[in-house]
Amino acid sequence: MRALVAALVAAFLMLVPAMLAAQTAARSVAEILVENRALVEKPSRQSIGPVIAALAGSGDPQAATILAAWADRGLGQRKSDGGFFLIAPNADGYALTALDGSDAGTATKSEITELRPNSGVRGLISVALVQFRLTDPDPARRAEALATIARDPAPELLAPLRASLDGEADPALAAQKDRLNRLLTLRFDPDSAARVAAIDSFSGDLGLDLRAALNPLLATVRKTAPLAAQIDGNIARDLTPGDDLPQGEAYDLLVAANLAPARLSPADLKAALVANIVNGQVAGTPVAVLNTQVARNAAYTALEAAGSVPLAATDEEVTQAVAAHRFAEVYSEPDPAVTTAATRVLKAIETKLALMQAADLGLDALSLASIYFLAAIGLAITFGVMRVINMAHGEFIMLGAYTGYVVQLFIPNYTLSLIVALPLAFAVTFAAGVAMERLVIRHLYKRPLETLLATFGISIALQQLAKTVFGTQARPLTSPAWLDGALSFNDVVQVSYIRIAIFVLALVFLVVFLFIMQRTRLGLEVRAVQQNPSMAASMGINPDRINMLTFGLGSGIAGIAGIAIGLFAKVTSELGSDYIVQSFMTVVVGGVGNIWGTLAGAAMIGGLQKGIEFLNPSNTLAAQTYMILFIILFIQFRPRGIIALKGRAAGD
Amino acid sequence: MTALLEVSGISVTFDGFRAINNLSFSIGPAELRAIIGPNGAGKTTFMDIVTGKTRPDAGNVLWGERSVSLLKLSEAQIARIGIGRKFQRPTVFEDQSVTDNLIMALRAPRSPWAVLGWRARAPDLARVADLAAEVGLADALPRKAGELSHGQKQWLEIGMLLAQEPQLLLVDEPAAGMTLAEREHTTRLLVGLAKTRAVVVVEHDMEFVRRLNCKVTVLHEGAVLAEGSLDHVTRDQRVIDVYLGRSER
Amino acid sequence: MTRSFLARNPSVLVFLSILALFTLGVTLLSEAYGTALISTSFIKTLGKTLCLCLAALAMDLIWGYAGILSLGHMAFFAIGGYMIGMWLMYARTEEIVVAALANEPLPATAQEIQNGIAGQIFGVVGASELPPVWLFAHSLPLQLLLVVMVPGLLALVFGWLAFRSRVTGVYLSILTQAMTLALALYLFQNDSGLRGNNGLSGLQNIPGLAGVSQAAVSVWFLWASAAALGFGYLLLAWVVSGKFGSVIRAIRDDEARVRFLGYSVEGYKLFVFTLTAIIAAIAGALYYPQAGIINPAELAPIASIYLAVWVAIGGRGRLYGAVIGAAFVSLLSSWFTGGRAPSIPLGFYTINWVDWWLVLLGLSFVAVTLFAPKGIGGLFDLVQGLRRPDRKGAALGPDDGALMEREAQE
Repeated sequence: MRALVAALVAAFLMLVPAMLAAQTAARSVAEILVENRALVEKPSRQSIGPVIAALAGSGDPQAATILAAWADRGLGQRKSDGGFFLIAPNADGYALTALDGSDAGTATKSEITELRPNSGVRGLISVALVQFRLTDPDPARRAEALATIARDPAPELLAPLRASLDGEADPALAAQKDRLNRLLTLRFDPDSAARVAAIDSFSGDLGLDLRAALNPLLATVRKTAPLAAQIDGNIARDLTPGDDLPQGEAYDLLVAANLAPARLSPADLKAALVANIVNGQVAGTPVAVLNTQVARNAAYTALEAAGSVPLAATDEEVTQAVAAHRFAEVYSEPDPAVTTAATRVLKAIETKLALMQAADLGLDALSLASIYFLAAIGLAITFGVMRVINMAHGEFIMLGAYTGYVVQLFIPNYTLSLIVALPLAFAVTFAAGVAMERLVIRHLYKRPLETLLATFGISIALQQLAKTVFGTQARPLTSPAWLDGALSFNDVVQVSYIRIAIFVLALVFLVVFLFIMQRTRLGLEVRAVQQNPSMAASMGINPDRINMLTFGLGSGIAGIAGIAIGLFAKVTSELGSDYIVQSFMTVVVGGVGNIWGTLAGAAMIGGLQKGIEFLNPSNTLAAQTYMILFIILFIQFRPRGIIALKGRAAGD
Repeated sequence: MTALLEVSGISVTFDGFRAINNLSFSIGPAELRAIIGPNGAGKTTFMDIVTGKTRPDAGNVLWGERSVSLLKLSEAQIARIGIGRKFQRPTVFEDQSVTDNLIMALRAPRSPWAVLGWRARAPDLARVADLAAEVGLADALPRKAGELSHGQKQWLEIGMLLAQEPQLLLVDEPAAGMTLAEREHTTRLLVGLAKTRAVVVVEHDMEFVRRLNCKVTVLHEGAVLAEGSLDHVTRDQRVIDVYLGRSER
Repeated sequence: MTRSFLARNPSVLVFLSILALFTLGVTLLSEAYGTALISTSFIKTLGKTLCLCLAALAMDLIWGYAGILSLGHMAFFAIGGYMIGMWLMYARTEEIVVAALANEPLPATAQEIQNGIAGQIFGVVGASELPPVWLFAHSLPLQLLLVVMVPGLLALVFGWLAFRSRVTGVYLSILTQAMTLALALYLFQNDSGLRGNNGLSGLQNIPGLAGVSQAAVSVWFLWASAAALGFGYLLLAWVVSGKFGSVIRAIRDDEARVRFLGYSVEGYKLFVFTLTAIIAAIAGALYYPQAGIINPAELAPIASIYLAVWVAIGGRGRLYGAVIGAAFVSLLSSWFTGGRAPSIPLGFYTINWVDWWLVLLGLSFVAVTLFAPKGIGGLFDLVQGLRRPDRKGAALGPDDGALMEREAQE
């Protein structure tokens, strides 16, 4: 209904200005109001349209002000003479302004009748006002009007928008108006060719607003008709019952179209039977045997025969009825030229969109991979270089995150606290790692399984300790303001700054690790101890010291990773255990003892997880499940990981 | 006489290093053979290939009258088919008694289900006692293998090999770390064994090889350099160059 | 045969006698059949502990004897629980639904009952149809079969994949841990068909036993658990006593050498892995009706690590060690976490055991690994005067799972 009225008003608005321009150019707003006094006093949406159109098209410079006032209860009528005034409440009644803008003194409340248009009328007035706002001298108000139209497009807005196109001086606003005009045209223009042209003008555009405008054009409804008849409307595709339309749904369509009687639901059938129980029997069948659907159907048929219940469609009749009708999906948009053009453009958009989404997915995967890499790089050192399984690695990550949290408690400036927290987290976990190496791991070298269990003991102790100290609720680790927000390439591809920061951090660690291992004395000694501890010892390297430092280094990096992870996830005592299995997977899949392998493993696991999430977007849990299954299978084919040490060097 | 083991044209590469290079080798059913060669000549890799631990990149290894290819079999299947291997360092199961070690090696069905129901009967125990007596461990049967001396562990391992009743024995440096008396005992044992089955001995020690008094194959850089009696190969100039010239051990 | 087996293994007889005496004693002190000195909830705790002991036995076979540190056996335990839980929940709901439908004027059809059950069980996850995995849930025998089949097949397939590619040592541990995590995450989904994170509940109500009090049911389950533990102990003692035990211990210490003896190491590992998975599943199937509820959190990888911890604390490589470790740690744990342990006031801070028990457990576990690798079982060696061999610190074999010098007996 509302749409109909709106369309009518729109038609008027488009036609009337031309008419009125000739007839009423000379007439003032006041005259129009007086002429239509009865309508103005008791306006209704159905009848007021022409009056508003006349007011808007009057050419009177005061028209916009008056219309706005009317909608805003700022227009009143003096009871004594029926004159219209702009009214503003003041201390003892109203201040009056004549319709030509001159001051008209004051009046008491009782002298004035406020005009109170209902919401429907106010809506019509505001549409009429759009043309004034679109040509408002203030560019900000024009932009605001455009935003209003974009948010809530309607057919009647098309004409004022077009009218404002020519006078637009601001190039940015002009472009915006042009785009909006085309968007409205493709939806609301009565001329098919204009709409098709508007649609085609968007070819290759990715905007969300365009997709929002095109998609409703392609909305379909299912329709049905007897075989003999044709289905009218703009048919999207024919449906074959049983093939692309389930039998049941097809019959429901028939019922909805009043082409077939409603089907009897089991509940209704049961109710009908219950209503016809006589002496413990339904149509001669004892109630006790009616415990199968078949028996109930038979009883109902008997009741039908006896005429005590209405006829209901049996399965056979349903099949026949469905077979006797044709079904199709029909566009709600009646114009085939428009739907064809829209389909074509949408298809092009989808292709482009898929590429963009792939790019976005790639970025997502990259950032997940850098998180896994950060979490795993410490492990790559302790597990990969020293062959020590550290189940408490996750707790070191947690320790780092809590260090960041505690630092923020003391230093409220987030940037500064981050700068302090990074080295502090490294120091804390480095110390924890060194302590653990000296007290526990040193005594369990060559006993990886025992190390696994002992470090697991430390892991549960640390986790519980964190729970006791910090409580079970999540603690925030807030990132500085300059890390908020996202770098956005277009409507599809964007990546948050924090993820970029983590990616950069991961790169930095890769470089630092490579530098330490390849270019420093420590790295040389670490590699020497890794390859042959007794030979290294005989050359004056102290393997105990090297092992201690290596383990401390791996643990310290875990602490820094903890801060990075804490920045985008909440800090809880379980933070570490959420990452530990993935971290081990990363190291194992990549290939133990090789930093590039860890990188490859992180890339693979991150990419895989995002890829699976993309295929099954509703369910990240399932994605993780499938990813782990994939890894288990992957290890079948490359038991030593992606980048494997081969042959005798692998030392098996 | 058809060959028991026929190795033809095998090659294997580790990270660009050619450990075995187009090596061919064959041995008959009741033959004693010594393989000598300098370090890195590929002796151990050769044994790894025959026992299935390492897969060659090229070539073929055929076994027995029916010429079964060993390349498709797992280590366990190769062991079951009748190839026994003695490692350089004695490897016995140290947490278990000598009896248990020998019982595990006894020729019997090896599948989990068969083993699950297997219980030692009198003939099995008698066979274990015989074997222990043969290798000089008759008194040590209830002791844990870990408590035995180095030489005793070597003999236990040989006893386990005998219990397997292999047709081909691969023995890696049996004399290493043995006293002179133990060496003589081991020599007699090996020569005796070779009467009923094929025995391949990999050895560094020329004196020991001379005592075995058998055909010798010289390996160098993963290929056969010379073959024949010890006197024959030691006169070969190439052998003198690559092996004897450098053999200071 | 069995007589001579028992004669050769007197410890089995001792264990079975102690178990029988324990069960008898608890029965005589129970509310249902005795002096009511032990509360029903504690009887349930004891019954559950017996099930955990059975699971620990399985863990000891795979880790203590075969040297495979599996971090997935609690997953098999939980799957066993899920399988029996499906029947318990289905049958129990069926009783309720049938009772409710009996008031209707017409007798219910099978479909109506089915729909009623599905609505009751799956209302919480917003589904109204019975998922296909519940196909056999109506039948106790079929579901009991699944208790064995599902974990068994899972272990068979997983083990075949893992052992075939010669994944050993810590790699295998991590892989099994990943498998457990994958299973847990899968079950956490609502559309896994097992009620997502709600899990299965009300399992303590045994269908058909509405008239029997929980006091009696708890004692029955205690008997069943004790019987299962007894049979499990007997079976495993028999398995490890013969040549099979010899072979798997040899695999633990030096699997390459076992291969050259002609044993297919992978086959043995697979056999042990699957067998222990089935035993763990049976233990789980007895455990969860006593616990009353099962949810995916039970599959968390940490649970399987606890299993290893129990075995280690009890002393691995000896069956009674596993039982003692599981019973000792889990009872102590429920004592501490149940709030019954007295808090220790230190003046400036009060040690509340609910908070500090895990810290104590974690650290004492480190201590056991470092200083007493024989665990509690080592005390028996002290009593019997057994010493450990002097091997100058060398382990008994080259493999990761091999016994350490300090774990072995002379």
